[in-house]
Amino acid sequence: MTKKQIHLGAHFPGVNNTTVWADPESKSQIEFDSFVHLAESAERGLFDFFFLAEGLRLREHRNKIHDLDVVGRPDTLTVLNALASVTSRLGLAGTINTTFNEPFELAKQFSSLDHLSDGRAAWNMVTSSDAFTGENFRRGGYLDRADRYVRANEVIDVARKFWDSWQSDAFVVDRERGVFGRESEIGTVRHSGPQFDVEGRFTLPRSPQGHPVLLQAGDSDEGREFGAAKADAIFTIHGTLEDGQKFYSDVKGRLAKYGRDHDDLKVLPAATFVLGDSAQDAAEKADHIRHQQVSGRTAIAFLEQVWGQDLSAYDPDGPLPDIEPSGDVSITRGRARHGDPRTIAQQYRERAEADNLSIRELIIAMTTRQQFVGTPAHVAEEIDGYVQNNASDGFILVPHITPAGLDEFVDRVIPELQDRGSFRTEYTGTTLREHLGLRHPYEQREGVRAS
Amino acid sequence: MSDTLFLTAIELKGTGAHSQAWRCPDSRAEEVFTAGFWIDQLQAADRAGVDVAFLGDSFASRTLEAAAVAARAAALTEKIGLVPTITVTHTEPFHISKQIASLDFASHGRAGWQVEVSPGAEQAALFGRKAEQDNSSLWREADEAVEVVTRLWDSWEDDAEIRDVESGRFIDRDKLHYIDFEGENFSVKGPSITPRSPQGQPLVVIRVDSTESVSVAAARADIVRIAADTVENAATVAARIRRAVVAEGRDPADVFVLLDVETLVSDSAAEELAQLDNWAGHVRVAESVSHIGDLAGLHLLLGSVEAAGLDGVTLVPLALPSGVAALPATDTRSGSTLRERLGLRRPANLYAREGKSL
Repeated sequence: MTKKQIHLGAHFPGVNNTTVWADPESKSQIEFDSFVHLAESAERGLFDFFFLAEGLRLREHRNKIHDLDVVGRPDTLTVLNALASVTSRLGLAGTINTTFNEPFELAKQFSSLDHLSDGRAAWNMVTSSDAFTGENFRRGGYLDRADRYVRANEVIDVARKFWDSWQSDAFVVDRERGVFGRESEIGTVRHSGPQFDVEGRFTLPRSPQGHPVLLQAGDSDEGREFGAAKADAIFTIHGTLEDGQKFYSDVKGRLAKYGRDHDDLKVLPAATFVLGDSAQDAAEKADHIRHQQVSGRTAIAFLEQVWGQDLSAYDPDGPLPDIEPSGDVSITRGRARHGDPRTIAQQYRERAEADNLSIRELIIAMTTRQQFVGTPAHVAEEIDGYVQNNASDGFILVPHITPAGLDEFVDRVIPELQDRGSFRTEYTGTTLREHLGLRHPYEQREGVRAS
Repeated sequence: MSDTLFLTAIELKGTGAHSQAWRCPDSRAEEVFTAGFWIDQLQAADRAGVDVAFLGDSFASRTLEAAAVAARAAALTEKIGLVPTITVTHTEPFHISKQIASLDFASHGRAGWQVEVSPGAEQAALFGRKAEQDNSSLWREADEAVEVVTRLWDSWEDDAEIRDVESGRFIDRDKLHYIDFEGENFSVKGPSITPRSPQGQPLVVIRVDSTESVSVAAARADIVRIAADTVENAATVAARIRRAVVAEGRDPADVFVLLDVETLVSDSAAEELAQLDNWAGHVRVAESVSHIGDLAGLHLLLGSVEAAGLDGVTLVPLALPSGVAALPATDTRSGSTLRERLGLRRPANLYAREGKSL
């Protein structure tokens, strides 16, 4: 029997503290050659897709632009279109905000990317939840949180109406009869809703994938529902096999009410990895990397996000502050908040006391995401275990070095996964939808099952 | 502009400027929504030594997004300037700024931006965001949009990224600047998420067709595209634009004025045009000086445009891709970025110049 196949995405290490910029191997996060390097590595490793995140305002901490982490990134769609010329099979996935873009424009942009890449486009749909980012846009920050979700849903609905408005046989070139496009097969979109009143005709024929693969990140109940209803793949972060399995069965269980099958939505958690020649070697490397990612100053800045005040007088190698969080909850802006500060502070205290951790050690412990640490064989076994035991359908891997951070994984782990029969040995399709084993969007919506 | 530099640009839009060009047997109209169609044309123009390619776009025309096409071609072309149209009426200037800056990174300094507005109720209805605007309102908004975009391009100083391991700082935050733009149509905080690009300021191109667009072009464009029915009239228009540039306090030597020249180049061009017009059912009215004839005739025309004091031409082929294949070969220029090849300096950063008081 064929084993369940693993799907892999390659996250370009972007703007955050997990990118170890001080490492001598670390190169530019903005020069095009860096994007080419990671994309070529991912395609050599037969990954499903390259993934680019987005952020539309530079983060601030204590009213100043944050200067400890990597800062500066490009326009997502421009990079993806440019990468289409140096790759031939790799999917090209980008995060684009639904709050600060208009549906017609998004529909045209993603249709263009799908046409220009011969069917390799994917859109990670996110919403913005802060007026801080809105200050860069004329729409501004006036949508309240609930409306942002209403808008996201409606953006997708309107975009789909545009994508669907050309029948598959609408684009014809009949020189003899002078017919360029069958007008009768091109519908006029009329949409009226709480966020948009839109009317007109779309200007591009149906793209190779029908429309881009739709990705969604979000762990809230609302996010899971949105993903089950509309996304082709859902991102998440779950630290343990059991948590992963719970999430997996929860979101897959929501598909039926939207007329969708188990395989119509892929679950792809983000994960980091550290490889070594032995378990001990890998563990030491991982510890070294975590200390590079979380400097003393970075640890204090993290703590200030929770405490909401200046803690620069505290020693990062000393104990947690004995004062309660009381200050400004928006001390850091442009980054998702963690929840109620007092509750988090309490959790931090308990963990620090239980394990006798300094501030820096605590922050390292609390901010470590799911990691695969070990020899290539061990990491392959772990990844395969998550997938075969239905904790995920694969992973989006987040390297810590730009742009060479994926190379070792491709050279050493991919062959192990192939030996296990869990990973492709060549691309069998040309479109991203084919790589991911997804049905055509119209088949999904119309409930057509493969015979 | 310079006495010696005469620019040759080309406009690529669909299968050509004639509405019936797609019916030509060699039009490749079936491929107009594929990368191959565009790459082949841009590579041919690049090889021919054309200085700049303008990629047309609007929300009303059936064409792939021009900025996407330009990005797709970046790694597959070497010298040609890549100048997509991005309209400003419904698009956020913050997005345009990072889009063109990123194209500049991907093309190693060959990006520009043709600024256009989206007139009419039909395009407004595709967005449903605001009512139809008149020309004056459209260009006032465009003026603000260019201001926002160009300020964002300078919102990072060139040496803002320091990677100082000693202090743990990746950037020197004093070299990043809020633009704090407040206008009639926008308020934008900044800074950009994208660092300053290879050219610092990618080239701004404006095609003038109204009093309102002339004043924005005079204030802000590096390349001004004009149309005229004769070379003589083109010289008059160019002189008027140069006066407007001076009135804005700018040096006219910094601004190229290019005349649109519609072309159909072959030994049987007249018959081909007759066929195109016949398909259309009416005779096409030329929108600017045109040349329907052989290559030698085109060279003569270009010579007269140069003699009349224009800084160059934008060839507007009535039919593509044959119109690219028939390009006159031009001298190649030195320099790797578009600015260098055009003899333009890399502008000093606005904020670095003004000091840290901002």
